[in-house]
Amino acid sequence: MNNDFVFLIPQFILIAAGTALMLMEPFTPPERKGRLGRTAVLAAAAAAYSLSFQWNIRPRTLLGGMLVVDNFSIFFQWLFIVIAGVSAFISMKFNERESINRGEYYALLLFACSGMCLMAASVDLILTFLGIEILSIATYILAGFKRSNARSNESSLKYFLLGSFATAFLLYGIALIYGSTASTGYSSIRALISLQGDVQGMMVAGMGLLLVGFGFKVALVPFHSWAPDVYEGAPTPVTAFMTVGPKAAGFAALLRILAQALPSMAGNWVPILWLLCILTMTLGNVVAVLQTNVKRMLAYSAIAHAGYILIGVLVNSRMGFSAVLFYLVIYTVMNLVAFSVVLSLSRQGDEHVYLNDYIGLGRKAPFAAAALSLALISLAGIPLTGGFIGKFYLFSAAVQKGFIGLAIIGVLNSVLSVFYYFRLMVYMYMREPGADMPEPESISWPVQVLIGIGALCILWLGIHPDQILTLAGYSSLALK
Amino acid sequence: MEIGHILSWVIYLPALAALALLLIPRASDKAVRQVAFWASLLTFILSLQLAYRFDASQGGMQFEESVPWIHTATYSVSHHIGIDGISLFLVILTTFLTPLAILSSWKSVTRRVKPYMICLLALETGMTGVFCALDLVLFYVFWEVMLIPMYFLIGIWGGERRIYAAVKFILYTMAGSLLMLLAILYLFFANGATTFDLVQIAERLSSGAMQLTGPEEFWLFMAFLIAFAIKVPMFPFHTWLPDAHVEAPTAGSVILAGILLKMGTYGLLRFCLPLFPAASVSAAPYISIFALIGILYGALVAMVQPDIKKLVAYSSVSHMGLVVLGIFAFTTQGLQGSTMQMLNHGLSTGALFLLVGMIYDRRHTRMISDFGGIAHVNPVLATFFMIVTLSSIGLPGLNGFVGEVLVLVGTFARNKAFAAVAALGMILGAVYMLWMYQRVFLGKLTNAANEAMTDIDLREKLILLPIVLVMLWMGVYSAPFLRPMDASLQRVQQRIERARKPEGGYRVEFRQVAPVSSERAK
Repeated sequence: MNNDFVFLIPQFILIAAGTALMLMEPFTPPERKGRLGRTAVLAAAAAAYSLSFQWNIRPRTLLGGMLVVDNFSIFFQWLFIVIAGVSAFISMKFNERESINRGEYYALLLFACSGMCLMAASVDLILTFLGIEILSIATYILAGFKRSNARSNESSLKYFLLGSFATAFLLYGIALIYGSTASTGYSSIRALISLQGDVQGMMVAGMGLLLVGFGFKVALVPFHSWAPDVYEGAPTPVTAFMTVGPKAAGFAALLRILAQALPSMAGNWVPILWLLCILTMTLGNVVAVLQTNVKRMLAYSAIAHAGYILIGVLVNSRMGFSAVLFYLVIYTVMNLVAFSVVLSLSRQGDEHVYLNDYIGLGRKAPFAAAALSLALISLAGIPLTGGFIGKFYLFSAAVQKGFIGLAIIGVLNSVLSVFYYFRLMVYMYMREPGADMPEPESISWPVQVLIGIGALCILWLGIHPDQILTLAGYSSLALK
Repeated sequence: MEIGHILSWVIYLPALAALALLLIPRASDKAVRQVAFWASLLTFILSLQLAYRFDASQGGMQFEESVPWIHTATYSVSHHIGIDGISLFLVILTTFLTPLAILSSWKSVTRRVKPYMICLLALETGMTGVFCALDLVLFYVFWEVMLIPMYFLIGIWGGERRIYAAVKFILYTMAGSLLMLLAILYLFFANGATTFDLVQIAERLSSGAMQLTGPEEFWLFMAFLIAFAIKVPMFPFHTWLPDAHVEAPTAGSVILAGILLKMGTYGLLRFCLPLFPAASVSAAPYISIFALIGILYGALVAMVQPDIKKLVAYSSVSHMGLVVLGIFAFTTQGLQGSTMQMLNHGLSTGALFLLVGMIYDRRHTRMISDFGGIAHVNPVLATFFMIVTLSSIGLPGLNGFVGEVLVLVGTFARNKAFAAVAALGMILGAVYMLWMYQRVFLGKLTNAANEAMTDIDLREKLILLPIVLVMLWMGVYSAPFLRPMDASLQRVQQRIERARKPEGGYRVEFRQVAPVSSERAK
């Protein structure tokens, strides 16, 4: 039993650092708040380092079979810790400007991160639920962190109300599954379903409610209605975090449930997800075309990307699952780069995020404009960027399993997405700025370095993706 | 002197130069222009080595290079490049036109020179890459990557409606190419998920080791066809072209008309015909009809254009229709004529856009009605324009004639009515080109504003002279251009013939012109 806790060290680091940050907050004078953010980043780095010792060991279960240590969970935990660390990093200057640079902010980020890590490692519905709740409660508060701002409050409240609603669905689904299998552990659920032979109605209902719950969490159409308002109203670094972190965590948990607990019900969930996938891609892209607020456009683009990722889930093959893992990595990188630029250029009160504010950026801030363009080109899936390799992998998983219609709808959606991603470039490079355009905000050098690293990662994943592709394929082996 | 990896050098030298340009300070426009020009000229000289060392008796790939690129458990994409008789001259055309395009922007582009040159050089790498790639994924990568610099060229340095044109251009081409991507993936899995290598897949398809069912072949053919038809552009996918051409800066138009459009017809020859011969044969009559509509429609619309640049743009629709017609005749002369015509069109339309750009630089208008009789003030310009016009309409002794006649002869062997309609299109071509020439250059000098027009200077002469010389060479002695194509086109034709035989299909004269390369003969 003692031995188990060795494997929980990364979690302990995150939670201990979060608690410490809350204690540090009252003792930190206002002019030295910067150290809070730095502490969070260091804690994330320490957690990632301590995690690396668990890579590639023999898979083992912890805590009475509720948690599992395998490459799949390590892969995702790394991703989550990087997301939390980067989010904390890009928040620092923003929070200072918006005067919300408080210890709780970073503590909540770390707590959310530990919740996500639980989601990826859990093989028990109860623990998965706990992970989701730890994550969600932290994000509800983060979304409303600008207490004096009405939009931020709206964002938080909307997220909270609809999120609790989704939680209820999830819980009810778990209850029904427990009712028909008398278990919450993934492996015993799987064993019992195959013992029972045919699938019971209650089981199907439970699975359906579970999918609704996850649909809310990862913002699939038609359960997406909260996302644009929440993403738009939340402080921009929180939006950046929300479009990648909870989404990736939701997919990690969903993959585990579908592949490890309910594989024999694929006949039931594949058609449902197929429909959700098409709706999500299409609505996300069509509505994104209409946006003039860049944050909101990226919010809808995030919805559309959840649709692409769902392709990999629903084809229900090893290739599909590893494509999901790879895509989540590149999606995280490109979305964080895009958001880092957007938030660095925004002004007091989170303003200056409309398309018109980007006119002439190509000349005034060539570095930021180039990085943002690269992220957009990658989001659109153009070759030599990681976004292309990711989409290539997802679509090939679909073609391999004969989902040709889905693949065609997917690529047509990609064409649509080119329109709005490239429109931002039109504003940055092709429109002539008026005389009254203010100079863009300057970006601090650490953030510039971070953006530069992100941009290089996009190119690296596009030109030489072998390692990460292999890593994703290797990690997804744990699922079957 | 023999240079190793010469094809890689030809492809990537412009990209390296583009990276080098990043290091030059933004203000030193002069240095930027010099580096860009000399790098592209060096690329051209290197590419001449290809022609020099090319073995015309071989129908297969030459100068092949292959290194693994993306290599995982599920995929192996290789960086496999090589050229044959079909792509050889297209590569050289690319490297030939790019320095001229750079030279043509010497004075007309004064805004953001550095990114402009980077775009042109990146474009060159993308285009040569498309013509050399022998791995389906690699081909797709070049095909798509090239869109980005073109998009910026049109969108930043273009005319009034440049943004509309740039967006339209990229959306049209993306729509076609993404469907092609799915077809590529389908081929990969149909082939047992082993390779994306074009040569191997073509080999397995033709030997029967890999079989596609009728509907499979048809849909795959269609996916490739649409991607290429948009690029050519074939009627009814041509609507992006006039916008893009008119709004693009001169160099952009030259490259667009001179090389980009050839990527479509090249794709037909390289992918559609050899990979899906049966579908090609059964679709040929319909495609030919669309090609004929394109020929006539393009010519008729060109005739009524008030804007010289737009007139030239529509003439491209017409001329490229002829190339498609020749390809889908599947005769030796048709294929030869089409390949030849690709080069001719690249030269003559490229030159026409250069000339229109020179006129525009002087008067800042392209309306035919603003001119008249300017041969009086610009005799040299008018002479060059005349030669290029005659080349474009296919006057014997100039390059256009050889290609057009071969295509018409090749089509005639297949279908006499098609050839007759195509010939009508050629006549219309002469009408609108000569009529335009007459209204712009001949007669009395009507518009006083034109009296101050200066004649072309040395730089402009240096741009035009090489093109005109090549035009004469190709018109008078075309054998050096036709001979290297033979063996490769022969292979394509045999592949088609073999697919045709079982069904019977419609009959065609098949004359052997060049010896068949040994491994194919068995």
